[in-house]
Amino acid sequence: MKAYDLIDLASRNLREAFLRNSLTTVGISVGVASLVAMLSLGAGLQKLASRQLGRSGLFDSIVVSSRLDWRSQDDRRENRSFQSGETKTLDDTARAAIGKIPNVLDVYPDIRFNAELRFAKVPGGQERPHYNLIAGLPAMSRASEVFDDLQGSFYSGDMAEEAIVVGEFARELLQIPDAKPSEKAKLTEDQLKALLGKEITLSYLERQVQAPQPAQMEKSADLDSPFSALGGGPASLVPRSRKFKIVGVVESEPYGGMRAASRARLFIPTKLAESMNVVQPTDLRTALRPSQGKTYLTLVVRVKNSAQVKPVQEAIKQMGFSTYSILDASQGLTRFFTILDLFLGIFGSLALAVASLGIVNTLVMAILERRREIGIMKAIGASDADVKLLFFVEAGVMGAAGGVFGIALGWLIGKAINLGANIYMRSQELPTENFWFVPWWLIAGAFAFSVIVSLISGLYPASRAARLDPVQALRHD
Amino acid sequence: MPSVQPAIETHAVTRHYRMGRSVIPAVDGVDLTVGAGEFAALLGQSGSGKSTLMNLIAGLDRPTGGSIVILGTDLAKMSSEELARYRRFTVGMVFQSFNLISTMTVAENVELPMRFAEVSSAERKTRVQEAVGKVGLLPRLGHRPSELSGGEQQRTAIARALVNRPQILLADEPTGNLDSRTGTEIMDLLRELNAKFGMTVVMVTHERPLAERYAQRMIFLGDGKVLSESRPEVTA
Repeated sequence: MKAYDLIDLASRNLREAFLRNSLTTVGISVGVASLVAMLSLGAGLQKLASRQLGRSGLFDSIVVSSRLDWRSQDDRRENRSFQSGETKTLDDTARAAIGKIPNVLDVYPDIRFNAELRFAKVPGGQERPHYNLIAGLPAMSRASEVFDDLQGSFYSGDMAEEAIVVGEFARELLQIPDAKPSEKAKLTEDQLKALLGKEITLSYLERQVQAPQPAQMEKSADLDSPFSALGGGPASLVPRSRKFKIVGVVESEPYGGMRAASRARLFIPTKLAESMNVVQPTDLRTALRPSQGKTYLTLVVRVKNSAQVKPVQEAIKQMGFSTYSILDASQGLTRFFTILDLFLGIFGSLALAVASLGIVNTLVMAILERRREIGIMKAIGASDADVKLLFFVEAGVMGAAGGVFGIALGWLIGKAINLGANIYMRSQELPTENFWFVPWWLIAGAFAFSVIVSLISGLYPASRAARLDPVQALRHD
Repeated sequence: MPSVQPAIETHAVTRHYRMGRSVIPAVDGVDLTVGAGEFAALLGQSGSGKSTLMNLIAGLDRPTGGSIVILGTDLAKMSSEELARYRRFTVGMVFQSFNLISTMTVAENVELPMRFAEVSSAERKTRVQEAVGKVGLLPRLGHRPSELSGGEQQRTAIARALVNRPQILLADEPTGNLDSRTGTEIMDLLRELNAKFGMTVVMVTHERPLAERYAQRMIFLGDGKVLSESRPEVTA
């Protein structure tokens, strides 16, 4: 029998027992809906996590360090030890070489230093001192999700003498007493007015390197002078002051390196920070080691996208440096979401498994009711295969209809869960999120799964119908 | 006059049913020949084996022993799929209880065998008109069986049996559920098909007068065996 005739006959047979077949189809729909709702929740959570982590710069950054200073996880895992001859210094030459690796967008040092900050709450008033950690932030950090809630603006340029402060520090500057966590989210308009555009004075130590005199060079080499590490020649530590205009307030520090233990409270452009030659705490460590020229403890390498992290990481390792990227740690996260999706899928499929029993029941009932009809069809020329296919297609049509309605129902359930969750989040004064996402593969997969499960359920009834003896069937009333 | 070329030949055909420990011989060694274009009637009491023999000739059942040769092909050697093709194209069946599908209209019932025969949609429409026209039911095309009289239902069944243009028409008590006037109309139609189109007709009946009036040959069965054969003296 032709496919069109099969589907036409199957559809008309299903219409004849409309109520029963509709209820069976609703059963399948509920099964598919639970599968779609569960997996779309899993997909939504995974997407949310990926988006948050991706925008934070975690997945397109590589932290590079000299093997002298830092050994990567891989090095430790492989139990590799390096002789001093194999190691390379992380200096400007290395920085330039890393910058030339394909797909590298930027290479910048992780600059952070301690400084005294002076700020007057009222113009012309008395300045109060604050001792804080300052960090350089590159221009590309603007894309980080922490700046979604930026109050004020980002730096106007790489060399702009502008600063962004963390909200908690802004409150300290304005001498606002501690409030409840939920009330700390943002500064009020008046508070912002009192802060943005105002000047803050940074007092820091500048490293001044002088051209080495031949005699000094000799002396320096002889004594293994620590100052040689600060610039290749004798260096002086000069106290400096510089004024910065506060342009923005942000709630937290974006990712930019391995800085979990030292969170900065004020940010200035990285390029400007570099030009300031500030003395960083890490300089003391490198000062103990003789070196030719300026060296970095770590460099942050930003690549075009997360897919480029691995090859760039390999290229940097080939150059003789240690690397670390969050991708090393994110494999565990991927495994977690795979397992979560698997369990959500299993729970979602349980309802569909129950619904498949409904299909078996409906079709077996249909065989009993349509026994004589099957006999007639065989008497006028239907083959066993025709009868089998007809019942098979009936199961498939129920599966297809159940799949379509189930996907729509699952989509609605997901929307409702998302809406409910966001209402709750709003009540907790937390930002709303999209926890729920239906990818195209889930729509196609759920539909295919529904049809396949229905066809499998139809196997037994279809083969039972095909085996019916036509003579016996024609005697049936 | 009937052709001498046989359309149906049975050789020592048996069909035994097992009921517990006993074996019931519904058809027991029947040798029979029906010529092409012949109108033959199988007569006998209830339980004589005539319907069982009819089902064997129709390919709905398989014999326990012997052979059934239809137009030179042995049904016993056919696969299930080949038997379905045989029922689709070579024989048409008409039943006492009409056996129409109650949820389908006249047109849909008549069209159904052509769906199994994979006839194109356009051709199906033409053939439905043709077959339903032959039995005089064109005004009833859109009616369901429950909206038709017994005679009309049997006409629909005949149209359905004819629509794939078979060479043999098998009718199992075609007038059994009809009043005598309607029964006569149906028998006239069967005779017309036999005479006009040279179709071989085998009819099962227990009404001897009907057989005498329409059939060219009467075959009497009893206890699953052929008891005798005769030709009616006068055909109406």
